Amino acid sequence: MELFWIFFTTLLVNNFTLSYFLGLCPFLGVTSKFDTAFRLGMANIFVMLITSIMAWVLNTFILTYVPYLRLISFIIVIASTVQLVEMIIKKASPALFKALGVFLPLITTNCAILGLALFQTSKEYDLLEGIVYALGGGGGVTLALVLMAGIREETKIMDVPKKLEGTIFNLIVAGILSMAFMGFAGLFSAH
Amino acid sequence: MSEQQQASNITIFLNGLWKENPIFVMVLGMCPTMAVTNTAINSLAMGVSTLLVLLGSSTLVSLFRNAIPSQVRITTYIVIIATFVTVIDFFLAALAPAVHKELGAFIPLIVVNCLILGRAEAFAAKNTPGKSFIDALGMGLGFTFALLSIGVIREILGSGSLFTIPLFGEGFEPWVIMVLPPGGFFTLAFLLLGFKLFKSA
Repeated sequence: MELFWIFFTTLLVNNFTLSYFLGLCPFLGVTSKFDTAFRLGMANIFVMLITSIMAWVLNTFILTYVPYLRLISFIIVIASTVQLVEMIIKKASPALFKALGVFLPLITTNCAILGLALFQTSKEYDLLEGIVYALGGGGGVTLALVLMAGIREETKIMDVPKKLEGTIFNLIVAGILSMAFMGFAGLFSAH
Repeated sequence: MSEQQQASNITIFLNGLWKENPIFVMVLGMCPTMAVTNTAINSLAMGVSTLLVLLGSSTLVSLFRNAIPSQVRITTYIVIIATFVTVIDFFLAALAPAVHKELGAFIPLIVVNCLILGRAEAFAAKNTPGKSFIDALGMGLGFTFALLSIGVIREILGSGSLFTIPLFGEGFEPWVIMVLPPGGFFTLAFLLLGFKLFKSA
C-alpha cells in the first residue's frame, strides 16, 4: 500500500515539475507540440527508472565508503545512461531517434533526473520504493509536459497580447497550472 | 593590456550582466531560479554559489580546452562542474549551515544548471582562460542579480520582510502565494515583461 501512496503523491501532490521546480528547461522550452512532449516524457521515465536503480546500487554498496563521490558518480551514471538510451533508440527505431532529435542528450541536464536520485537518497528508499518513486516522478514530469503542450497547442490560435507572447505566456500558464496542482495538497492526508 | 583588449574584456563582462543575462534574456538555469527565490538570502546564496562554480569550471575547461577529445567533452565538463559543486556544497555546509539546510538539494542541482554547461560549451571551450574567467564573472553576477530581483520581490510580498527584517507592521497580510511555486512563475513572468518593455522603450 505504501508503494501506491508513494506513486500517487509523487505524481500529483509533490509533482516534480509543478511543485519542486525540477525539469523546467524542457517544460518551458520543448512543449510546443503534444507529440514531442509526450515522447520526451517517456524517455525521461525510462532514464529515471535506470537512474533510480543505479543510484540504489551505488548508495547501498559503494557510497557508504566514499560519500563525497555521490554527486560525481550520480551524474556520470545519468550521462552514461542517456548515451546508452540514445544508442539503443538509434538502433531499434531510427524514426523515433529522428523525432526526438536533440532533446535526447538534453535529458542529461534535466534536473528532474538528478533530483530524483538525490531525493531518493535522502528519503532512504529501498530498491522497490525507488522504482515506484521514479515511476511517479517520471509520470509527474510527463503529466506536466503533456498538460503544458496541450495548453500551448490550444492557445496557438488564440489572441495573445503581443507583449505577453513567448516565454512570458508560458510562465504565466505554468503558474496557473502550478496553482491548480496545489489543489491536490492534502489529498492523501489521512495517510 | 592594450586599449582594445581592455575594451573587449569589459564588453565580455557586461554581456553576462545585461545584454545576455542568463535568466532574463537567455532563460537558462530555470530550476534554481524558481525554487530558491522565496527569500532574498537564499537567492543571494544560490547566486554566489553558482558564480563560484562558474568561475572555477569555466576557467578549468578553458585551460584544458585543447586536451579534451570532442566525443567526451560534455561528460568531462560535467565531471569538472560536479567536482566544484561538491566542494562548494561542503564549504556551505561548514560555513553557513542554516543556508545550506534551506537550499537543500538545490546545491547539488547546480551541476545540471544549463547555464554552467552552456557557458563551458559555448565560451570556455573556445576562449582563453582569462576571457573565460571574465565571462563567467559577468554571467554569474548577472545570474545573481536576476535571482536577487526575483527573491526580493517574492520575500517582500510573500513574507513582508527583507533579508528576514520585517518591513511592515503587524497588520500586513502576506501574499502567501508569492513564496509558493506559482508565485515564482508569476514573478519571473512579470519581471520578464518589465525587462521587455524597458528594452523596447
